Amino acid sequence: MLRKIITPVLAILIFLGLWELLVWANGWPNYKMASPSDLPPAFWKYKELFLLMGWQTLWRTVVGLLLAVIVGTLIGMIIGFSKLARDALYPLLVGFNAIPKATLVPVISLIFIGQHDFNTILMAFMISFFPIAVSVGIGLSTLEPEYRDILRALGASRFTIFRKIALPKTLPEFFGALKVSATLAFIGTNLVEIVSPHGRGLGALFKSGETNGDYPLMFAVLIALAVLGIVLYYAVIFLERTFAGWADREGT
Amino acid sequence: MRGCCPGAPTFKGFLLIENLIEIKGARHAYQTASGPLPVLDGLDVAVPAGTFAAVVGPSGCGKSTLTKLVAGLMKPDEGEVWLHGERVTGPRKTVGMAFQNPVLLEWRSILDNVILPLEIVAPKMPTKDRTARAMELLEMVGLAGFENKRPSELSGGMRQRASLCRSIVHKPEVLILDEPFGALDAFTREDLWQTMRDLRAAEPFTAVLITHDLRESVFLGDQVIVLSGRPARTQYVMDVDLPADRTLDVLFTPPAAEMLHTLRDQIKIAQGRADEGGV
Ligand SMILES: Nc1ncnc2c1ncn2[C@@H]1O[C@H](COP(=O)(O)OP(=O)(O)OP(=O)(O)O)[C@@H](O)[C@H]1O
Ligand SMILES: [Mg+2]
Repeated sequence: MLRKIITPVLAILIFLGLWELLVWANGWPNYKMASPSDLPPAFWKYKELFLLMGWQTLWRTVVGLLLAVIVGTLIGMIIGFSKLARDALYPLLVGFNAIPKATLVPVISLIFIGQHDFNTILMAFMISFFPIAVSVGIGLSTLEPEYRDILRALGASRFTIFRKIALPKTLPEFFGALKVSATLAFIGTNLVEIVSPHGRGLGALFKSGETNGDYPLMFAVLIALAVLGIVLYYAVIFLERTFAGWADREGT
Repeated sequence: MRGCCPGAPTFKGFLLIENLIEIKGARHAYQTASGPLPVLDGLDVAVPAGTFAAVVGPSGCGKSTLTKLVAGLMKPDEGEVWLHGERVTGPRKTVGMAFQNPVLLEWRSILDNVILPLEIVAPKMPTKDRTARAMELLEMVGLAGFENKRPSELSGGMRQRASLCRSIVHKPEVLILDEPFGALDAFTREDLWQTMRDLRAAEPFTAVLITHDLRESVFLGDQVIVLSGRPARTQYVMDVDLPADRTLDVLFTPPAAEMLHTLRDQIKIAQGRADEGGV
């Protein structure tokens, strides 16, 4: 247990040490590349901003991700259960997913002028629902017929079969996709915060660091983003262990 | 249905209705991308209450399709399926199924897997009673002590035993077994034949057993139905005149040897027809 914590912490310390060494050995000035020792002062100086904007980034990402889970699961159910819907929707979904989302930022900020939170959440959602929809869809459509038949032969309703068999059986795939989606949603949030600055979120803080030539601040934001990303990722892992821990056959 | 006619003869708790399962002149074709594929062409099956019908036939001839008809999962294009004197129009709660693949749910313990049908068929049954019923069966098949394990922690044979328990936990009238022992090694398979025989003695049910193993069909069946190659029709029906409490030794007696011989010849004929069909 202790080893599980010490190992990654050590790895991080070594990484920071190498980074510091790299900057020091090359004699890079701050505006080229800040070193780890510049970061604590930057965090301290803007600590309120970091807390406030980190929170803004986090809650909008999580809300976007929740939307993606709901809508993605619904779409996944539709394409998983109906071959017709699958044939009809797949090209649309793939096409939509292929659009680089940065191009959509000006589009949605024009449609929903001034609704910053909404725009940001929308982007986090749009960028992250696809893996969930596809994984749930594939999980449901590849369910072996026998699994369905053991309950169907007893006259169980489609919903009962979904709840008792199809849903739990797709949970491992779902969580696999959720890990990808969590990271994507995070990228979506930051994309909006940076490209269309409205003074909210860590993306905006990054932008202001850039404008003011405060390079340690920019790097500090990057680190803060990494930390948030890790928190989000491990939250998903925690949920996965809780709800789909049975799929982990380690040691059996 | 049961107890409707006082004084009527019964067998192991069943009214002696002539046939509990009856398929009359079933024809069916699957619609595939390359046109209709006829799989059943004049299928007749009659299974008296409380007996075991073993069905053998060439691979791909339509045996699993037959089970779907009996389970009410499918309707034949033509012909009739009757269960317990009623026309089958859809699934009914009095059917149990087990397949070659045990299809146990990995997120449930063995006990909870066995209980699953009760959750559908008897949603109001108290948990205590459900557990007791499942445990009774698990003990009967030699899985006592494994009820809290996950399916992946059991061997293939044990999983199949659990799957059998699940198929009869709700005391179905009709048990449908689609090659349940097909994927097991010879020794495990013979073990399970005996388990099946003992379950049958303890619990009354009428069964259709699909198999590829002629010895299995003679050991477990009260009749063996040979299907022709695809499209399947009833080619030959043999009554197995052996004692109900047979042991494996019975398979080495002259009457059994003769039956096996006849069945082999019938299978050859069935396959010959399949060859003509270009299968
Ligand atoms: N849903 C389906 N749609 C189209 N064709 C099907 C379908 N199910 C089965 N078939 C075809 O019908 C034929 C009979 O299938 P079935 O599963 O009943 O055979 P089987 O006798 O059980 O075979 P096996 O001995 O290999 O289990 C096969 O050729 C199969 O390819
Ligand atoms: Mg089959």
